[in-house]
Amino acid sequence: MSRILIIAEHDGSSLNLSTAKCVTCAQAIGGEIDIAVLGHGIDSVAAAAAALDSVSKVIAIDAQHLAAPLAVNWASEAVALSAEYTHLLGPSTTFGRDLMPRIAALCGVNQISDIMEANGANSFKRPVYAGNAIVQAEPASGARVVGTVRVASWKAAGDGASAAVENVAASSSAASHTRYVGLTSEGGGRPDLQSAPKVISGGRALASEENFQMIYKLADKLGAGVGASRAAVDAGYCPNDMQVGQTGKIISPDLYIAFGISGAIQHVTGIKDAGTIVAVNKDSEAPIFEIADIGLVGDLFNVIPELESLLA
Amino acid sequence: MTDREIMKYDVVIVGAGPAGLSCAIRLKQQKPELMVAVIEKSSEIGAHILSGAVIEPQPLDDLLPGWREDPPSICIPVEKDEIWLLSQTGRWRLPTPPQQKNHGNFIVSLGAMCVWLASKAEALEVDIFPGYAAAEIHYTAEGAVGGVIIGDMGIGREGEHKDTYMQGIEIHAPITILSEGVRGHLSKQLIKKYALDKDSDPQTYGIGMKELWRVQPGKSKPGLVQHTAGWPLDSKTYGGSFIYHLDKDRIAIGFVCGLDYEDPEFVPFEAFQQMKNHPMVHEMLEGGEILSSGARAIAEGGYQSLPKTELPGALIIGDSAGTLNVPKIKGTHQAMRCGMLAAEHIAETSSAVGFDARLRDSAVVRELYKVRNIRPAFYKGFWRGFIRAAIETVTAGKLPTTLSIHPDDSSLKKLDGYSSPHRNWVDRDLPPRDRLASVYFATTAHDEDQPVHLQILEPDICTSRCVKEYNNPCTRFCPAHVYEMVGDDAAKQLQINSANCVHCKTCDIKDPYQIINWVTPEGGSGPNYQNM
Amino acid sequence: MKILIGIKRVVDYNVRVRVLPDGSGVDTDGVKMSVNPFDEIALEEALRIKEAGNAEEVIVVSAGGDECQQQLRTGLAMGADRAIQIQTSESLQPLSVARAFLKIIEREEPGLVILGKQAIDDDNSQTAQMLAALWDRPQATFASRMELNGNSAVVTREVDAGLETIEIDLPAVVSVDLRMNEPRFVKLPDIMKAKRKPLEVISLDELGVAVEGQINVSQFSPPPQREKGIMVDDAAQLVQELKNRGLL
Repeated sequence: MSRILIIAEHDGSSLNLSTAKCVTCAQAIGGEIDIAVLGHGIDSVAAAAAALDSVSKVIAIDAQHLAAPLAVNWASEAVALSAEYTHLLGPSTTFGRDLMPRIAALCGVNQISDIMEANGANSFKRPVYAGNAIVQAEPASGARVVGTVRVASWKAAGDGASAAVENVAASSSAASHTRYVGLTSEGGGRPDLQSAPKVISGGRALASEENFQMIYKLADKLGAGVGASRAAVDAGYCPNDMQVGQTGKIISPDLYIAFGISGAIQHVTGIKDAGTIVAVNKDSEAPIFEIADIGLVGDLFNVIPELESLLA
Repeated sequence: MTDREIMKYDVVIVGAGPAGLSCAIRLKQQKPELMVAVIEKSSEIGAHILSGAVIEPQPLDDLLPGWREDPPSICIPVEKDEIWLLSQTGRWRLPTPPQQKNHGNFIVSLGAMCVWLASKAEALEVDIFPGYAAAEIHYTAEGAVGGVIIGDMGIGREGEHKDTYMQGIEIHAPITILSEGVRGHLSKQLIKKYALDKDSDPQTYGIGMKELWRVQPGKSKPGLVQHTAGWPLDSKTYGGSFIYHLDKDRIAIGFVCGLDYEDPEFVPFEAFQQMKNHPMVHEMLEGGEILSSGARAIAEGGYQSLPKTELPGALIIGDSAGTLNVPKIKGTHQAMRCGMLAAEHIAETSSAVGFDARLRDSAVVRELYKVRNIRPAFYKGFWRGFIRAAIETVTAGKLPTTLSIHPDDSSLKKLDGYSSPHRNWVDRDLPPRDRLASVYFATTAHDEDQPVHLQILEPDICTSRCVKEYNNPCTRFCPAHVYEMVGDDAAKQLQINSANCVHCKTCDIKDPYQIINWVTPEGGSGPNYQNM
Repeated sequence: MKILIGIKRVVDYNVRVRVLPDGSGVDTDGVKMSVNPFDEIALEEALRIKEAGNAEEVIVVSAGGDECQQQLRTGLAMGADRAIQIQTSESLQPLSVARAFLKIIEREEPGLVILGKQAIDDDNSQTAQMLAALWDRPQATFASRMELNGNSAVVTREVDAGLETIEIDLPAVVSVDLRMNEPRFVKLPDIMKAKRKPLEVISLDELGVAVEGQINVSQFSPPPQREKGIMVDDAAQLVQELKNRGLL
């Protein structure tokens, strides 16, 4: 039977949703699932991890030098635990991508990055060439599997359970050669277009820079990031760094709402991995309706104010 | 004196197409000690070139004996020729005229062939530099051509120097070869400056559009060469299609329209798409996918339009001069022969002087002379052209008259008093749905923060005259949807989506006011054709 | 100090990648190959460090068949001083690449190794981290800014939550992200100069690295097509639909 250890991602006080998604992936692998919570002052995080469905136990390692998620220190702990596990997983977030390969190398194995699908213990699917191809990846026979989980591909596991929490002492001390200095979050203001879970975009139909304010207002109501089509940027309605598409940003929010955007391939390339695409356009023949999950043929100048009042 | 860095060569060649590369190879074969450089604006060899293409192999046998044991990556011997006259739903097989019989010829990807030629040239120690645009001519103190100036890179939209700014170097050489292909921007300047076309007719062009498809297994019959005429064109518009069947379930399909068409509302791209939806063609393509697409102008003036090809310090070869044989629809063998002849001339004389006479005395021009009346015969419409073409073919061009070539930019009829012919076009369902979708497959890339490389010399004309006289035909003849008139009727403006440009040169040719001037964007910009 | 830069020959980022009909891989026939864009950024950073007087030598290293010499020459043309090709006909995964690079590190003793954060073909994003682990030295991944201070460096990393700053002692491994810098254009005369710069070829066997435990990669398929969705009649229906899907 597989024994899977997930390294939890958290910010010191709350568990990151990515951990719950790793659990779902682990369920698809099948076997016993443990979660390791490393850090300092992590009781609430450990409890949240213990609440996740199908988790057998949570191993909590609390030490001052583990407060910052430095890969070098966390990897030492994970490797010390690894002997009993057939699979070691982390999320494919900057946290997991920084940490897991270090663990893999120390365990002497190759890593499977960005797992999209798992069929049992040894069969995985992952994207390559920026998602233009999907491959089947199988570990070398008998080898421990170290992997990162592509968060956009998995639902979060529920949290109605209660596993045991085992406190374990840190096995290593701080690596002296790497020191955490600080984190400046891009807090306040609108979420960053590249990473926002919700994005609203406007196209040339907005017709002016002033009208584009409607998009900003709606985005702020929804806590969303704001993007634009190349046509809107070329027409001067908004700055260049808001462009979504082949020559702009390629994004994969959970929700993408496009107002007055026709959906030329060049734009669609930028959003093809979005979770749910919503399109609002006056032209029922607009190509965007071919790929939108929810389409509304209508005038954005009516629809946006209606949405705002419904969301008030 | 310049403050730019200078590199010196014996010969500098602008453009790594079949003419330029054949010239480079031949130069090194005849005089290995010569220092030869080839400058190419595309990011890699082959990325800006496309053609049907069916080639005659004799120049290859001449230049690279033994090439048949080590051919270019796409090289399929022609098995069968078919010529079809189409109506909207019907088709009639026509007899294949002698010059279009392709036995012994090969279907190639011109782009892949250039990659192959380039490796042969590099093996002979030709220095090939893709990704650099020869932006301007360098003139010697005596006023002769003394080389080229490479375009500056890292310049922003308003002309400012970005952090990556790099000044272009100058390449000095006693002989410069212009092999830029059709309507080369440097050739255009030199032809004007030295009045090289004063004794010849104006050049006439076509626009060639092409798509490379992967079709359902069994649909491609490798070695089959098909051409069509008739629908979807009207009898006054010259042109037709080519369908070349390759290996690995691939079909190269394309369409050519003479740019002397008269209807200002005509959309060449749409004609191409209509042709694909003819039942005979639709059946081949359905269920397939587009691998690549692109467009390039074609030189159709032949013998009458050939300018003087020598000038102080330089030679103009290949389609920059216009050596394509129109009825054969083949230019590659001519370009190669022309390039090889230029190399032989330089190796023997170390000079540009005397090349033009030599060219006119050669097989290249003899071939053009024989077919010189075929293209202009079609000025009288399809049927009269067809009959005259047949006569010219039977008499092998020996009739004493020579028809003159008309310029393209004055061929558009003004809207006032003209109505477009009824085209009998259909609702179509094959991709790409429009020009923007098509341009996606050309994988054209331009750093958007650079000056617009399509210069409009008198921008007021667009909104003051052109809109009334022709309804801004640039918005229709550009195959890449570069030009758009945006804004509401009262305040319409020309928007130039220069990042879409596929460097075909159609706008520079067809614009009725001749105010569009195409110049090189930053080196490496433009299409990234693969196997086209 | 010496700086070692890892570069990989990959399908150019402009190429529209297609899966072969038999699923054995992607179609690389006639396709343009280039230096991995992140590796160019890594090299650019090294060249700037050298130009600032903080390194004497920049060495570019690539593992692959002889075709990768083309990319090594590009690195030399950009300004690297010499190149090393780790010759192998096998397709190496990050662990083997890291092991091979470690051998070069043991020979060259660089103060800094800079890699791209990921290669745009396999999208693994592992080599820098693995190399740091095997070398038992610091790793600073997804770096967008680096300041050298004698024997240490302060590195700003792009993380999901914002920008993280860490301090690392040299020698160390850094992997660079897009916003680190904009790589320079190559000057034509430098292409000629690069032909004369040293390019050493060492085989993987000579380095004593065995390729083992690689992940079996097979069955390439195109990404799933998005299916056509539903149409709603008005804003109210839209809001309801989004609520039903848990998106609002």
